[in-house]
Amino acid sequence: MAAISMRLPVPRKLVGPSAPRGGEKHLVAPGDTITTDTGYMRGHGTYVEDEKLIASVAGAVERVNKLVCVRALKTRYNGEVGDIVVGRITEVQQKRWKVETNSRLDSVLLLSSVNLPGGELRRRSAEDELAMRDYLQEGDLISAEVQSVFSDGAVSLHTRSLKYGKLGQGVLVQVSPSLVKRQKTHFHDLPCGASVILGNNGFIWIYPTSEQKDEEAGGFTPNLEPVPLSEREVISRLRNCIVALATQKLMLFDTSILYCYEASLPHQIKDILKPEVMEEIVLETRQRLLDLEG
Amino acid sequence: MASVVLSEAEKLYIVHGVQEDLRVDGRGCEDYRCAEVETDVVSNTSGSARVKLGHTDILVGVKAEMGTPKLEKPDEGYLEFFVDCSANATPEFEGRGGEELGTEIANTLYRVFSSESSVDLKSLCINPREHCWVIYVDVLLLECGGNLFDAISIAVKAALFNTRIPKVHILEDEEGSKEIELSDDPYDCIRLNVDNVPCIVTLSKIGYRHVVDATLQEEACSLASLLISVTSKGALTSMKKIGKGSLDPESIFEMMETGQRVGKSLHIALQKILDEEERLGTSRQKVGFLG
Repeated sequence: MAAISMRLPVPRKLVGPSAPRGGEKHLVAPGDTITTDTGYMRGHGTYVEDEKLIASVAGAVERVNKLVCVRALKTRYNGEVGDIVVGRITEVQQKRWKVETNSRLDSVLLLSSVNLPGGELRRRSAEDELAMRDYLQEGDLISAEVQSVFSDGAVSLHTRSLKYGKLGQGVLVQVSPSLVKRQKTHFHDLPCGASVILGNNGFIWIYPTSEQKDEEAGGFTPNLEPVPLSEREVISRLRNCIVALATQKLMLFDTSILYCYEASLPHQIKDILKPEVMEEIVLETRQRLLDLEG
Repeated sequence: MASVVLSEAEKLYIVHGVQEDLRVDGRGCEDYRCAEVETDVVSNTSGSARVKLGHTDILVGVKAEMGTPKLEKPDEGYLEFFVDCSANATPEFEGRGGEELGTEIANTLYRVFSSESSVDLKSLCINPREHCWVIYVDVLLLECGGNLFDAISIAVKAALFNTRIPKVHILEDEEGSKEIELSDDPYDCIRLNVDNVPCIVTLSKIGYRHVVDATLQEEACSLASLLISVTSKGALTSMKKIGKGSLDPESIFEMMETGQRVGKSLHIALQKILDEEERLGTSRQKVGFLG
């Protein structure tokens, strides 16, 4: 039976101010005056006009001693060394791959930064260069770590660990990078039956836990067997929960995703994306997170 | 059409999911995404509608203008379609990139509305052979999120339902010269009967099954799609196959049956929301684009 639901649009509700945690944040919009004190150094996101320091992006003001900068809330991913990212290969070039990571410039994955089959300490030969497309093609998804950041802001990645590499079957969700909370680990095996990689660049990868990387060489041969229906349901539910959390601008980390999953269990998977159900689930999640802290 | 690049493993996951009737977002093969419909959003048109189907955003404006009837149909008015793929939707549409897709969609709309019973064109005639109403339907693509044709046809039907054409009277002088007089009352207008206006249902073949309302990712996995236009009574007015893959005749029959079934439900849901909007009248809070 086809299920078609149509509705009239409802105006966006203004979310009331939630309890401030850790002090008030000074939020500014482009053009707002931050301060008229001339003793400050201007950082990113600000400019000086008529002896006033004015914000050029919408975000929160951060002050470190004499340096004032504005960190934008909605921005492209700015790489930092040690971040975990999930990226998609866009180009195969000589001795490197170009990876799309939702940043201002495509990230770079050098051939010398990947694990090749046959051990790590092999010198990269000309045959390796010609066989690059056999390892990673255009469109493939990889999980990697940021090795370094070039001066123009481009990020250099590496997959020199068995937990990184080509990703197999699963679902990718794209959210804003500022919604992913910085944590100790970004690889989570959730108790509900699926695993999730929370990329710092806003790409979230949900995959079945049974896809163990027990092959060598960082998993370059993905598992192509059909995923059972029970795991598919968990993955679809998680995907909808993450989309709901992102739409309501809640920070994404393993606990919030898990609470949202549990709150969504009474509803059908396809109903989670309905606006009223989404609000109800996220409200419950927000409440549980506040109880956890308080 | 806007497209996403997917890895082979992702495509495989989607194809297997469709086989088991559980798509990536939890829908079944015959379920539509949640749609938002609003009419009367553009003030200087005779009728307008905006439809949001997931990430697909369509705006349709209808303007009724006076023109001369076509030579072969002197006592009928006619419809003209124009589709603009704005660069807002996707960077591929920048400059003249969206023209090809725009003409393809416009030609499909002409075909869908080519059946005589879709819109009562005789009611658009003012003076046979001299004056008639020409309905210009302009479609604007604001965002491309998969399943363009369905969303466009829903928006066109809603906009035509919302269209108000002013009533005109012909005054004849003794010399025989005719004058057209517009009535003074702005609410004195004729409405179009949209009971027989068809809606397009796109069925994309993924693996061995077909899905309705494909997202961009699902469209990347499907090699062939069937576009059928269905009226509210379940009658098919046109059919078109798109995509570079091939379709088995048996699967075409199955897809046609599914399309008719889904099309009827689509019309019922759309009519319900249009009637509800009509009932609310001026008490409805207009959301428009700044809501």
